[in-house]
Amino acid sequence: MSDHRQEEHHEQHIDTVGTYVGVLVALLFLTGLTTAVAYVDLGAFSTVVALAIAVTKMLLVALFFMHVRHSTRLTKLVVVGGLMWLMILLLLTMTDFVTRGRIGVPGK
Amino acid sequence: MITEAAVEREHYLNASYGLKSWLLTKDHKRIGLLYLATITLFFFIGGAFATLIRVELLTPQGDLVSSQTYNKLFTMHGVAMIFFFLIPSIPAVLGNFFLPIMIGARDLAFPKLNLLSWYLLVIGGAFSLFAMIAGGVDTGWTFYTPYSTSYSNSWVISTALGIFVAGFSSILTGLNFIVTVHRMRAPGMTWFRMPLFVWANYATSLIQVLGTPVLAVTIVLLFVERVFHLGIFDPARGGDPVLFQHLFWFYSHPAVYIMILPSMGVVSEIISTFSRKSVFGYGFVAFSSVAIAVLGFLVWGHHLFVSGQSLYAGMVFSFLSYFVAIPSAIKVFNWTATLYKGSIVFQTPMLYAFGFIGLFTVGGLTGLFLAALGMDIHVTDTYFVIAHFHYIMVGGALMGYLGGMHFWWPKMTGRMYPEGWAKLSALVIFLGFNLTFFPQFILGYLGMPRRYHAYPEEFQVLNVLSTAGASVLAVGYLIPMIYFIWSLRYGKIAPANPWGATGLEWRTSSPPPVHNFEETPIVSHDAYDYSTVMGEEIEVG
Amino acid sequence: MADHSLTNHAQTESLALRVQFDTAAQQKDASQLGMWIFLITEIMFFGGMFAAYTVYRNWYPEVFAIASSSLNAVLGAINTGVLLLSSFTMVMAVRAGQLGQQKMIIIFLILTLLFGGVFLGVKAIEWKEKFDEHHIPGQAAFHLEGLKDYDQGHAQLFFSLYFAMTGLHALHMVIGVGIILTLIMQAKKGIYSADYYTPVDVAGLYWHFVDVIWIFLFPLLYLIDRHLGK
Repeated sequence: MSDHRQEEHHEQHIDTVGTYVGVLVALLFLTGLTTAVAYVDLGAFSTVVALAIAVTKMLLVALFFMHVRHSTRLTKLVVVGGLMWLMILLLLTMTDFVTRGRIGVPGK
Repeated sequence: MITEAAVEREHYLNASYGLKSWLLTKDHKRIGLLYLATITLFFFIGGAFATLIRVELLTPQGDLVSSQTYNKLFTMHGVAMIFFFLIPSIPAVLGNFFLPIMIGARDLAFPKLNLLSWYLLVIGGAFSLFAMIAGGVDTGWTFYTPYSTSYSNSWVISTALGIFVAGFSSILTGLNFIVTVHRMRAPGMTWFRMPLFVWANYATSLIQVLGTPVLAVTIVLLFVERVFHLGIFDPARGGDPVLFQHLFWFYSHPAVYIMILPSMGVVSEIISTFSRKSVFGYGFVAFSSVAIAVLGFLVWGHHLFVSGQSLYAGMVFSFLSYFVAIPSAIKVFNWTATLYKGSIVFQTPMLYAFGFIGLFTVGGLTGLFLAALGMDIHVTDTYFVIAHFHYIMVGGALMGYLGGMHFWWPKMTGRMYPEGWAKLSALVIFLGFNLTFFPQFILGYLGMPRRYHAYPEEFQVLNVLSTAGASVLAVGYLIPMIYFIWSLRYGKIAPANPWGATGLEWRTSSPPPVHNFEETPIVSHDAYDYSTVMGEEIEVG
Repeated sequence: MADHSLTNHAQTESLALRVQFDTAAQQKDASQLGMWIFLITEIMFFGGMFAAYTVYRNWYPEVFAIASSSLNAVLGAINTGVLLLSSFTMVMAVRAGQLGQQKMIIIFLILTLLFGGVFLGVKAIEWKEKFDEHHIPGQAAFHLEGLKDYDQGHAQLFFSLYFAMTGLHALHMVIGVGIILTLIMQAKKGIYSADYYTPVDVAGLYWHFVDVIWIFLFPLLYLIDRHLGK
């Protein structure tokens, strides 16, 4: 048989209920944490902390609930690629918005 | 219709009959033909608008239509041609039909989703068509805010909704292709044995999947701003219309590559087949498709040079735009190198491929003018831009599509087209095209702005030339339409491999059986290995 | 060498193996890959709104902070918890699928549906509050307390984004609820087993993804510089 059509049967990974409960508890804790920390004045860092917690939660959901840690390399590539494209959209758009007025628009 | 002479062999066309067997088909080949009918309709609708535009521009005065009507004409020409013809053209017709066969699969990974994609295009087309009939839309195909959200009194919502729905057709087709290429290849069909047409469609699918959703959400935001008065792009509330342009072009610049990349794939197939040589630098050509897809996402800001974007961003986007030239040039040089010492045969598809290379090169090089920040400010919104992108989209994408239609017509229908008429029409199209659009480069450079129905008298000679060319072009497009239909009944019966080509699609009968192959092919050669077709009957020339 | 003849496949076509595939594993891989690619398109879909959000928050940080503080953060946090619970029950349904426990699939799917419903209900209450408080962009009556007239427009931008983002998120939830309802009906027919539970699996991916979007929406919309409000 072909090595392409016949993908090898991935080892079925069945996580324990304990793992999932652990992840859920961590997610709920982080939700509380991000809410509480919003009331503390961290200056510019408040956004950083909020996003760091959100990214952590995303990783927990993706790796455990969405089984990315047991997935094929291709799936991981798809996930990373998607996030990279989001970054392209955000960064190149912001290239314009954060530099407006710093060098000035031609003709002004 | 093909029964008389052909032995009573069952194939995908005669396997079942009746309207229902087409409208509910899951066969990728039949869905390809459904797309063919749909996009041909939109091609002629878009062509009709183009005709009216060119007739109006015969004289300097705006005497045929009002400026308001003229705005609608060029808008609807753009909407019909871009969203309902060019974007679905090669992927949805030829890609749908041949991508699974070329990798030795029985169908796409998700046949029902494939049928749904066609219905989405039809529904989206119906919305946009309704808008055109009900009174038209006048925002330009780009729907720039705030005109589209606050001021235009035309059918913006219906048109935009149509494009939104058709966008999902495009997304789902891309998704289907990507999964199919990853999971459905025949035994022995490794990535680097895949035909370059498959590589090109794979790269196109990446763009469709990554870019189209941004257009979709942009249309949603436009919709909620126009209907519910949410104010995301509203300058009166501190919003920024330029943000709309960023989001719009994040999709719409890569969309140019959705149109041109599959054509490049077709050209790779044709050049190799009709010079009977393996494509020079196969790996480079394959990767250049992916490189164009990726780099295409980094350059959208060159559409915003004069929109109030920051000068810094303008320089960054101008700089990045040049990088797209590299993979594009790799392709052109490698096609040329493929021809070197080849046994070149001037069949119709080859004429289109040559036309593509020449016209795409002109379009690409003038694109470099426009990517240069300083030069662009001089020619922004002039006919120079119009000429440039028509060289890419008509001279490039459409030539590739027609070349592919001729190349694969025998396989799709089991009939040969009349070679003499086909060569004549290829020539007519090439001449008509250049006569139409080359004068527009000069007009633009002299300063004639786009999107006006009247112009100063000194521009009339060049405009008359352009309109004359458009008439020739129209004849060139009608001829294939007629002889393709004619050939369905009267064309010579096509053998399995009329061109002596190497792809898997030529190893199955013409037209192919329902599940493409009598038995799953096992691939043991590189693409374009002509030693594999030696000894077979070859009817070239 | 496996027999590739077509009649063979045509005869054996079933839910677990469609005619275009050779093996059940190939079909399952294709479905999963297809869903992941769909989720990428969803990232880009919401990405457009995140881009708009980034731009305007960057331009009007103070107004965004004040507007954000008018949202009910406690309710938002509780709702986030409810949604995370629904993700947990969803993954338990997938686990039940892996183990072939038909009853448990149905029970966990119903629980997921329940939590999803609670989330949407709370969301509806929050939206209703916004209507009562005249925080609806585009209405002449729009007024956000504590802001100068000049800034009211910028506050409208915040609420435009708030309604667009939470609205489209809620729409995805409604679609998810529809999918889960379908799954429950199918599961009651007993078609899922340890060999074939792909629909539950890919629906799970979708549900978790919608959850992840909310994980970002919550701090970005509800929790901007809350300390300023005190």
